[in-house]
Amino acid sequence: MNGTIEAPTIEYALLAPMLVVFGAAIAGVLVEAFAPRYLRSAVHLPLTLLSLAGAFALTVWQAVKGVPTKPAAMGAVAVDGPALFIWGTILVLAFVSVLLIKDEEHFVGSAAALPGSAEEEQSLVERAAHTEVYPLLLFAVGGMLLFPASNDLLVAFVALEVMSLPLYLLCGLARRRRLLSQEAAVKYFLLGAFSSAFFLYGTALLYGYAGSVDLAKINLALGSVGGQDTLLYIGAAMLGVGLLFKIGAAPFQAWKPDVYQGSPTPITALMASGTLVAAFGALLRVFWVGLGGLDWDWRPVFYGVAILTMVVGAILAITQTDIKRMLAYSSIAHGGFLLIGVIATGSAAQNTAALSGLLFYLVAYGFTTVGAFAVVTMVRDAGGEAWHLSRWAGLGKRSPLLAGTFAFFLLAFAGIPLTSGFFGKYAVFQAAVSGGALPLVIVGVVASAVAAFFYVRVIVLMFFSDPAADGPSVVLPSRGTAAVVGIAALATVVLGVFPQPVLDLAHTAAQSLFVR
Amino acid sequence: MPWLSTLMGVSVLGALGVTLVRNDKLAKQFTLVVSLIVLALTVAMAVQFSPNGDKFQFAETYDWIPAFGVHYGVAVDGIALVLILLSVILVPIVVLASWHDAEAGKRSVRTYFSLLLVLEAMMIGVFAATDVFLFYVFFEAMLIPMYFMIGSYGGAQRSYAAVKFLLYSLFGGLLMLVAVIALYSIAGKGTFMFTDLVGTIQDVTTQKWLFLGFFVAFAIKAPLWPFHTWLPDAAAQAPAGAAVLLVGVLDKVGTYGMLRFCLELFPDAAKFFTPLVITLSVIGIVYGAIVAIGQTDMKRLIAYTSVSHFGFIAMGVFAMTTNAGSGATLYMVNHGFSTGALFLVAGFLIYRRGSQFISDYGGVQKVAPILAGTFLVAGLSSLSLPGLSTFVSEFMVLIGTYERYLVPAVIATTGVILAAIYILWMYQRTMNGPTAESVKALPDLNAREKFVVAPLIALLLVFGFYPKPLLDVINPAVKDTLSSVSVTDPKPAVPVAQEGK
Repeated sequence: MNGTIEAPTIEYALLAPMLVVFGAAIAGVLVEAFAPRYLRSAVHLPLTLLSLAGAFALTVWQAVKGVPTKPAAMGAVAVDGPALFIWGTILVLAFVSVLLIKDEEHFVGSAAALPGSAEEEQSLVERAAHTEVYPLLLFAVGGMLLFPASNDLLVAFVALEVMSLPLYLLCGLARRRRLLSQEAAVKYFLLGAFSSAFFLYGTALLYGYAGSVDLAKINLALGSVGGQDTLLYIGAAMLGVGLLFKIGAAPFQAWKPDVYQGSPTPITALMASGTLVAAFGALLRVFWVGLGGLDWDWRPVFYGVAILTMVVGAILAITQTDIKRMLAYSSIAHGGFLLIGVIATGSAAQNTAALSGLLFYLVAYGFTTVGAFAVVTMVRDAGGEAWHLSRWAGLGKRSPLLAGTFAFFLLAFAGIPLTSGFFGKYAVFQAAVSGGALPLVIVGVVASAVAAFFYVRVIVLMFFSDPAADGPSVVLPSRGTAAVVGIAALATVVLGVFPQPVLDLAHTAAQSLFVR
Repeated sequence: MPWLSTLMGVSVLGALGVTLVRNDKLAKQFTLVVSLIVLALTVAMAVQFSPNGDKFQFAETYDWIPAFGVHYGVAVDGIALVLILLSVILVPIVVLASWHDAEAGKRSVRTYFSLLLVLEAMMIGVFAATDVFLFYVFFEAMLIPMYFMIGSYGGAQRSYAAVKFLLYSLFGGLLMLVAVIALYSIAGKGTFMFTDLVGTIQDVTTQKWLFLGFFVAFAIKAPLWPFHTWLPDAAAQAPAGAAVLLVGVLDKVGTYGMLRFCLELFPDAAKFFTPLVITLSVIGIVYGAIVAIGQTDMKRLIAYTSVSHFGFIAMGVFAMTTNAGSGATLYMVNHGFSTGALFLVAGFLIYRRGSQFISDYGGVQKVAPILAGTFLVAGLSSLSLPGLSTFVSEFMVLIGTYERYLVPAVIATTGVILAAIYILWMYQRTMNGPTAESVKALPDLNAREKFVVAPLIALLLVFGFYPKPLLDVINPAVKDTLSSVSVTDPKPAVPVAQEGK
C-alpha cells in the first residue's frame, strides 16, 4: 500500500447525452436566478429543446460509432445497445412532451398560494408563472436517462431520485383543479418515497448478500454464496417493489390514476411515456443482469404480478368517468402487457426477441400516449380541460378531425391491426409464446378484449352520441400541440403499417443484450 | 398485371377521393363509379382465371415485415374468386340502395360512402390473402369500418349493436391471434405463407388446440349457434346497405375461414371435431328457423334466417364431401345475393313507412305491387325454391351431407320446411290482407330501386338454372381442399354440374 488513490476513469464521451441534459438543467437554474422574469420563458424553451435535440444527436452518434461492450465509468453506467435505444426513445418523447408545455394554460402562477385565496388572485393578476418547470423537467429527463443505464444499484437509486423528485414537484403545479393537483403531488411524493425506501433497503440487503452493489457481481454471487438466501430473497423482493411501483404494476398501481389525473397534462404525458420507458429499462437491467440467475424464483412472482396488473388495469378502467384516470388505468393495463415480455426469457435468441419486442412496444406506446394526452389538452370548457367523459359526447360531430385522431389513438391502444399498438402487442406476445408463456398470453388477449371495451366506449361517446348543448369547445391548438398530435398520429400509422425499420433497430439494439 | 392489388388500390384511392369531394351528390356518384370500375376489373380478372390451372392464381408476394415472417401475399383460388365476385357485385348495388340512407341521421354522407369503399378493399383483401397473418390483419381491421357504419348510421339502438358486434368479433379475433402466434412458433418455418404452413403441424393434440383458436373466431363471425346473439342486433340496427354487406359478405369470412384454414391447416383436428360442428350446425339450422318464425321485426327475422343458413353452410363445409363442400361454397355466394335482396327490399319498405315491425304493415301488395313482387322473389330464394339459385346449393349441401351423415341431413331438411313458414308468413302479414291505413299512400319502387333489385333477381334466376360456370370454378378448388384433408368421397360423386335443373 503506497497511499495513492487511483483517479476513477470516466468515459465522458459515452455519457455525453446525459451530461448535456444535466448541464442544460443547471444552466436553466442559473437562468431562473439571473434572467429577468419576462425573458425567462423565451430563454428556457429553446434551451430545453436544443439540449434534448443535442442529446439525441449524441445518442445517435454513439450508436453509429459502435456500441461499447464494457460498462463505463468504472462499471457504474452501462451504455449498451438497449440503453442507447431507450435513451433515444426517452429523448424524443421528452422533446414532444415539452412542445406540449408551451401552452401557458397548464401551470399555476404561484404554487404556494392556497387555492381560492387572495394570493392566488394576485398571482393571476401579475401573470406570474413558474418557469422552473423547464429545468425541473430536464433534471427528471436526466434521471430517466441514467436510471435504465445504471449498472449498480446505488447509481440506480440516485437516478431514481433524480428522476422522481422533480416529478413530485411538477405534479403539484396544475393551473386548474388545484386541490386535486396538490393531492396528487403529496400522494405521489409519499408513496414514491416509500418505494424508494424499499429500493434502498433492498440494495442494502443485496449488498449484505453479495458484498457488492454491482449488478454483474451480484449475479456472480448467486452461484457462489451459500447460506444467505434470506437476505437474497428479501432484498430481491424489495428491489422488485421499488421498480414495480414506478411502472405502476398491481398491487402498487394505486398512485397512478390520482397522479395522472391531478398533474398538468404535459407532465402526465411525460410520465406516461418517459417514466414508463425508463422504469422498464431499469427493471429489465436489474432482473436480467443482476438477478438473471434467480429467474426461476422471480419469474412465477412476475407471472402473478403481470396477470394481476392486466386484470386490474382493464377492469377498473371500465368504471372511470375522468378521461385522464381512464388513460391512467389503460397505462396500468399496458404495463401488464409489457411485463409479459419481461418474463419471456430463456436462451440468448429468446432474450433478444423478448427485449426487441419490449423496446418496440415502448416506442409505439409512448408516441400514442403522448398524442392522446395532447388531444386531452385541446378539449376544453370554461373550467379548463373537459375531463369528464360525458363532456366528450358528440365531439365527432363538432370537430371530426380531432375526434377521429383520438379514436385512432384509442384503437391503437386496443391493438387493432394497422396501428402501432397491434405490432407492439404482437411482438411481445410472440416472444412470450415461444418462451413458453402461452397461458399468460391468453390472459393477455382476454384482458385486451376487456380493455377494448372502454376504449370503444369513448369512441361511442364521441361519434355515436349527440353533442351536449353546452359541450366543450376545442381550442385552436398552438403550433406545438398541433405538431405533437401530428407526430404521434404519424408514428402510430407508420409503425402500424411499416414497422420493419423500427423493429430492425430494436432488434439490433437488443442483439448485444445488456452488457455485464 | 397485379390484379388483386389493383382492385384494392382502386377502392382505397376511391375512398380517399370521396372524402375530398365537397358535394354529397357528387360523392355518391363518384362512389358508384369507383365501385363499378372495381366490378369491371374483377370481371376482367375472373375471365382470365383458368379453373384447372394452378391452385392459386394472380399471385403476388412481397416481404412485408421480414422480422415476423409476414408477407403481403395475395392470390385467389376458385373459392376466393367467387367470394370476391360476390363482394364486388354487392358493393355497387349497396351504394345505389343506400343513396338516401346516410342522410337520415344528419351525419356526414361522404364518410359513409368512404367507409363503404374502405370496406370493399378489405373484403377483397381478406379473401385474397395467402399469408395467414395478412388474413388476420384484414379479418380484424375490417371490423372498424363496419363498426362505424352501424354505430353512426344505424337505428335507435345503434351504439349498443355496434359495440356488441365489435366486442364479439374482437374477442374471437384475439383468440385467433393466440392461435396464429402459436401456429407460427410451433411450425418453426419462419413464415406465415399459407402454402408453407399446410401440413406442418403433425401433432394431433396441438392441432386440436389451434383448431379451436381459429374455429371459435370463425364461429363467432359466421355466426354459428351458440355464438350468434350479436347478429340479430347488429343486422337489425345497421342501415340496410351495411346489413347486406355484414350478413352477405363479412359473415362469409367465417365460413370461408373454416373451409380454408381450419380444414387445410388442421385436418386431423377438423375430423375430430366434425361431429361437434355438425351438431352445432344442425341446432343452428333448426333453432334459427324457429326463432325467425317468432320475430316481430323484419330485419331481425332476416338475421335469424341467416343463422339458419349459416348452419347449412358450416354443415356443408364439415361434411367433407365434394358435393357438400362445393354446395357450401355456392351457398355462400347465393346466400349473399338472396339475403342481400331480402334486406334491401325490406329496407325500401322500412324507409317508406319508418317502421321495422311486421305488424305495422298489411296489404302492401295492392298499393305497391312491384315492391311486393320483388319481396316475394327474394323471399322464395331464401326458402330455396327450385329454379332459384339457392335451391341448387342447399340441395347439394343436403345430398353431400347425406352421403356421410344420414341423421343430421334428415334433421336439417326440416329447416327447409320451417323456411317456408317464416318467409311466407311474413309475406302474408305484410303484403296480403286488407291494406293497413298507414301504408295506403305507400309509393311503389322508383327507378333507382328497380335498378338495385333487378340485377340481384337476375343473378338468382340465372344461377338457379345454370350454376355450371360457378361450379366449374368452385369444384376443383374444393376437391383440392378436401384432398389436403385427405378425405375421399364415400361413394362416386354425382356429376355435380347437372344438378340444378
